[in-house]
Amino acid sequence: MTRTRIGFLVALALLLAAPYFVYPVLVMKVLCFALFACAFNLLLGFTGLLSFGHAAFFGMAAYVTGYAMTRLSLTPEVGLALGVLAAAALGGVFGGLAIRRQGIYFAMITLALAQMVYFFCLQAPFTGGEDGLQGVPRGALFGLLDLRDDKVIYYVVVAIFVAGFSVIYRTIHSPFGQVLKAIRENEPRALSLGYDVNRYKLLAFVLSASLAGLAGATKTLMLGFATLTDVHWATSGEVVLMTLVGGVGTVLGPIVGAIGIVVLQNELADKVGPWVTVIMGAIFVVNVLAFRRGIVGEIAARLRKQPPRSIPEPPVLAPASDATVTPETPGSAL
Amino acid sequence: MTEILGIPIQALLGQLLLGLVNGSFYAMLSLGLAIIFGLLNIINFAHGALYMMGAYAAWLSLTYFNVGYWPSLILAPVVIGAFGMLIERGFLQWLYKLDHLYGLLLTFGIALMLEGTFRYFFGVSGQPYPVPEQLSGATNLGFMILPNYRAWVVAASLTVCVATWFVIERTRLGAYLRAATENPKLVQAFGINVPLMVTLTYGFGAALAAFSGVLAAPIIQVNPLMGSNLIVIVFAVVVIGGMGSILGSIATGLGLGVIEGLTKVFYPEASSTVIFVIMVIVLLVRPAGLFGREK
Repeated sequence: MTRTRIGFLVALALLLAAPYFVYPVLVMKVLCFALFACAFNLLLGFTGLLSFGHAAFFGMAAYVTGYAMTRLSLTPEVGLALGVLAAAALGGVFGGLAIRRQGIYFAMITLALAQMVYFFCLQAPFTGGEDGLQGVPRGALFGLLDLRDDKVIYYVVVAIFVAGFSVIYRTIHSPFGQVLKAIRENEPRALSLGYDVNRYKLLAFVLSASLAGLAGATKTLMLGFATLTDVHWATSGEVVLMTLVGGVGTVLGPIVGAIGIVVLQNELADKVGPWVTVIMGAIFVVNVLAFRRGIVGEIAARLRKQPPRSIPEPPVLAPASDATVTPETPGSAL
Repeated sequence: MTEILGIPIQALLGQLLLGLVNGSFYAMLSLGLAIIFGLLNIINFAHGALYMMGAYAAWLSLTYFNVGYWPSLILAPVVIGAFGMLIERGFLQWLYKLDHLYGLLLTFGIALMLEGTFRYFFGVSGQPYPVPEQLSGATNLGFMILPNYRAWVVAASLTVCVATWFVIERTRLGAYLRAATENPKLVQAFGINVPLMVTLTYGFGAALAAFSGVLAAPIIQVNPLMGSNLIVIVFAVVVIGGMGSILGSIATGLGLGVIEGLTKVFYPEASSTVIFVIMVIVLLVRPAGLFGREK
């Protein structure tokens, strides 16, 4: 057994025991956002694409799942599946449009498209407008597992998270993932090696959107509501922050970041009111200026500096395209 | 002659003017974004927050110091411009060697901090700001009633935009700026203080945003979220126009404002999304943007 495997088993054991020690709803919320952030990191950390509109997938899936289960009285598994499908379809459209431009334009396009989804959700009849969808019943998964039981839903959420995380983990370590990293490091070179860069980017985008959707759908299932907050750009910003804090391009970073941010928000929300936004902003600023590798990235870098101790596979560090030397196009403006 | 396609001409012209007003804000803000991006290679997410601060600077000076609209129109941009320079010196200058995305993330953080601070002090409800006396009322042009203040907003922002264009394209200072945009190292080697120019450019962009904020104060309620609501639309405007040319930015901003205004008349449900739809079409047809150069 490798160290990585032992690490994962310990983490899983902790996760399974957690509801006996910590408030389970908080852990579930952390898990949803951790999955969301991991999905986002697949795009930013491993493909080098900064999407500023991931809340659209998260929120759209949340709405679709909520609608399917409330108004159409469908079962939770169908609701989840529909939510993920909706996010995947939306991801296909967004991705297809956004990969036509690069860098900051990509970020601006995804942000604008997500804002369009936000306005759509604000006006569309099925979302409940300002109120959102409230009182989504949890129902019974596959007609067997009664999700109204807090313990049952907890383990279902853990299972969903582990499944989603495994997909991401496998993707990162697959040949497909290697191509994505090549695109991140040097897109023209990947192109010249004969890879259809746009197809890879689109696939990564759809995969990331679907998993973000899975996170959103699961969130609806467990909290019982979907609101405009889920599709708002602030949520897109939050997932960026989680990934950045934990470590862009590290496997575990987004999880650490999600734990940090969700717990922090949970602790602060009642005490400091609007200052939460200020604190989030300050974390952004400090992170970008002084701490670009994030928590996990920083730890990994420290470990690697020490004499060789056979660390199996150090997580990839170079955040975004930090290392890429793209020849600067002169006169991008004016 | 009082109706076009079943819409009273009065309402049509009214929305057209409103569209022009919004378009002037899009134009001024996207112009600021383009100038800053040109020299700093940073997309300034804090632009909306600076615009909001401009409006608050006007409102605060009126409420607490009894400083009226006209002095504010000069003072607010100066103060916010100076504040912008502090941001550039304090934060942004450390990012120039990094990927552009870090600039976006950092300014996003700054925007959150500014917005949160204003929300703490002023809540989310809007503060009314009176239209200055000289511009209150409306003029009857025969075919329509023209609210004076709105006409002033369009005229003032067009003047500022054209003046900016003139300075950048037709003066020596502008030539330095354009040269530094093309090749900062070479320009520095000629003995021009490029870092100072960068600071001043960011300050100017911030001042432009603040100026728009003051202009907007009497039209919309001054509130902490006014900037972030606008900035996303301005981003779409920038994607549509591309950041390649100054006149292009101005024309795109105004044009989109007018289209948005007309949509409000003919198909109000789509008025909040029409600009994004246009962005999608432009991306499909001309990915580099209307005035952009593909890299």
